[in-house]
Amino acid sequence: MQSQATYNYKVVRQFAVMTVIWGIVGMLVGVIIAAQLVWPELNVHEFLSYGRLRPLHTNAVIFAFGGCALFATSYYCVQRTSHAPLFAPGLAAFTFWGWQVVIVLAALSLPLGFTQAKEYAELEWPIDILITLVWVSYAVVFFGTIVKRTVSHIYVANWFFGGFILTVAVLHLVNSAAIPVFSAGVLTPKSYSAYAGVQDAMIQWWYGHNAVGFFLTAGFLGMMYYFVPKQAGRPVYSYRLSVVHFWALIFTYMWAGPHHLHYTALPDWTQSVGMIFSLILLAPSWGGMINGIMTLSGAWHKLRDDPILKFMITSLSFYGMSTFEGPMMSIKTVNALSHYTDWTVGHVHSGALGWVAMISIGSIYYLLPRLFGKPEMHSKKLIEAHFWIATIGVVLYIASMWIAGVMQGLMWRATNVDGTLTYSFVESVKATYPFWTIRLLGGLLFLSGMVIMAYNMFLTMAGGKAVDAPVLAPAGAH
Amino acid sequence: MSDFVSGFWNIYVIGIVLASVIGCGVFLWMQSTARHVEGETTGHVWDEDLQEFSNPLPSWWRWLFYITIVFSLFYLAMYPGLGTFKGQFGWTSTGQYDVEMKKADDQYGPIFKKFQSQDIRAVAANSEAKEMGQRLFLTYCSQCHGSDAKGAVGFPNLTDNDWLFGGTPDQIKETLLKGRDAMMPAKGVKPDLNGDQIKDLANYVRSLSGLSADSIRTQRGKELFAAACSACHGPDGKGMVGVAPNLADKVWLYSSSENSIIETITKGRVNRMPAYGEFLGEAKVHLLTAYVYGLGGGEKDAPVAAPAATEAPVEKK
Repeated sequence: MQSQATYNYKVVRQFAVMTVIWGIVGMLVGVIIAAQLVWPELNVHEFLSYGRLRPLHTNAVIFAFGGCALFATSYYCVQRTSHAPLFAPGLAAFTFWGWQVVIVLAALSLPLGFTQAKEYAELEWPIDILITLVWVSYAVVFFGTIVKRTVSHIYVANWFFGGFILTVAVLHLVNSAAIPVFSAGVLTPKSYSAYAGVQDAMIQWWYGHNAVGFFLTAGFLGMMYYFVPKQAGRPVYSYRLSVVHFWALIFTYMWAGPHHLHYTALPDWTQSVGMIFSLILLAPSWGGMINGIMTLSGAWHKLRDDPILKFMITSLSFYGMSTFEGPMMSIKTVNALSHYTDWTVGHVHSGALGWVAMISIGSIYYLLPRLFGKPEMHSKKLIEAHFWIATIGVVLYIASMWIAGVMQGLMWRATNVDGTLTYSFVESVKATYPFWTIRLLGGLLFLSGMVIMAYNMFLTMAGGKAVDAPVLAPAGAH
Repeated sequence: MSDFVSGFWNIYVIGIVLASVIGCGVFLWMQSTARHVEGETTGHVWDEDLQEFSNPLPSWWRWLFYITIVFSLFYLAMYPGLGTFKGQFGWTSTGQYDVEMKKADDQYGPIFKKFQSQDIRAVAANSEAKEMGQRLFLTYCSQCHGSDAKGAVGFPNLTDNDWLFGGTPDQIKETLLKGRDAMMPAKGVKPDLNGDQIKDLANYVRSLSGLSADSIRTQRGKELFAAACSACHGPDGKGMVGVAPNLADKVWLYSSSENSIIETITKGRVNRMPAYGEFLGEAKVHLLTAYVYGLGGGEKDAPVAAPAATEAPVEKK
């Protein structure tokens, strides 16, 4: 039984296409700054110097690439699992255009040097206000659709999307609180944080770690819970596991921030509390990996010839690896070695490239043919090629950064017989060059994969036309 | 010093941390006793075919979760975490720092002390001391003065014969122990200098060390120099140790270009060598002094008029 109404695919299509575009842009900036570390002469101009481009890279991949992927998949998932078209389509369109304006403003203001100097929250207050407006609209559209649903139960993917939307709103509002600067009585785009000293650092890393926990984890787990069972054609492994790991994950992530401030002015007790909750976080994180990978039990053979499923299952493996590594690195004695080294950079990219990007790429490959009225992507071979290029890229990236990080940590703490340092800082920089070169190669491979994806996407779009699927009536006994 | 402004926050932290850790365990236990039927779905269907199995929690995973909770409670009993409760081990980060520093002082102190009573010239000639001095230099000084001690714009070259604050062992040691602050006021002692006059001065200053300069501007600059600059730099521009640099030699802390000199006169310069006495202790400073003295630029006797730089003049850009 089908009603006349159709799902709102337009906004999903827009976000899905922009995911690929911003992915290329963000990763290209990443490749440029990786090259700048190998060849410092590439810092050709103030606007294009490492210090300006690095926040542009992080903002572009997290909020432009990751953000568009989350918008696209959550809008798709919430409609289809609520069996109702999106609530407030006008507002949904605003979230698309508003978010694109935020991204463009970020791409202009960061190279120009406007920054609040808070990691992953660099954008200045006028852009922060626009983000707030877009985000509140996003919440209205998402939860409005949940309210409109024609099934009684809310599907698990929507718990994660919902948790991510609510928490990011709170994180953004609290951490970005700032006082704008008036210059000669005129309001300027410059502002200073509302907090000072160690409180500011704590708020920043409460935000920073939850940006990872909610933006880059809970949101993408929502994606995983819809697209993995869909692509595998199998039920989710365990409902109970999803209940436990959902609540445990969103509860414990909130506490983990202080592990970014080990051995600093932050009180000892706060550091300890941050560390133990980071350790407790291991099981809740792995709950998501188990539920995703075990969903495939009984259908392992599908992995052989389905590159989209390969992307998804590989992403879950990287997720499991990163969320094991994270709690380990939060242990003070391990942190004493790993902190401030490239190990952290490797850890982040094992999550960002291995988990976030790969699950997004898999999900977008699932979406594109459905959004453009095609039975499948233009070329399955190219998806397969993309998968292998991306996987090799990630492995090169994180392996080189692990080695570089441990080497730096050991060099920095090495002492001579008289207690003086064996290596001056610049010697550790020099020793890192070969690993930075390998990392650049890894990043370049990952970027090439995205270019292949864009090619495949445009050919898929070229032969198809935008379609909106009819709203389905709920099946089964509800 | 307590981290809390009142006793309430201590209780609050203890209560909320314990409730949260234990709460995780209780929640896990309650959920793992919930009804489940392995291999069957919950009966809910979304979007045509999305379903969920009613499988129980994997027991290895459940135990992993319990173990992290038990470990956390143990950790909170042993280490600071529950508000002002210090933990059974009595560990603090500042305590660990003090212990490690004392151990290092006990172990390495004598190695450095050995040289402290010796004359700087003697230490400078000792090859073991020289190696130790170099390691200290690479750790603490090379960031500004460079690994080869030849400096950079704004950071003096320590290998030449030009000393802003004196190159005798005692003067170098005082520089290291107490640091030095240097300030050239904008427009010298003549705050009404205009842009054209500053340009005249810059030309005159360049002429002092034989650099190309406009002769008319140099003439005018010479008169202005007497009024604006000579109080510190001396009537002949040769400066005075500890007061103002010699402008007549080939050594330039901030580049000898006309633009750079104009910037110096227009805005003044502020510079600082940080004090290392408290941070490193006298024994290490003594070794560093000897190392710097031994770099080749140290003055052998009481300060005499330093000979012109022996190296070919290098114009820093």
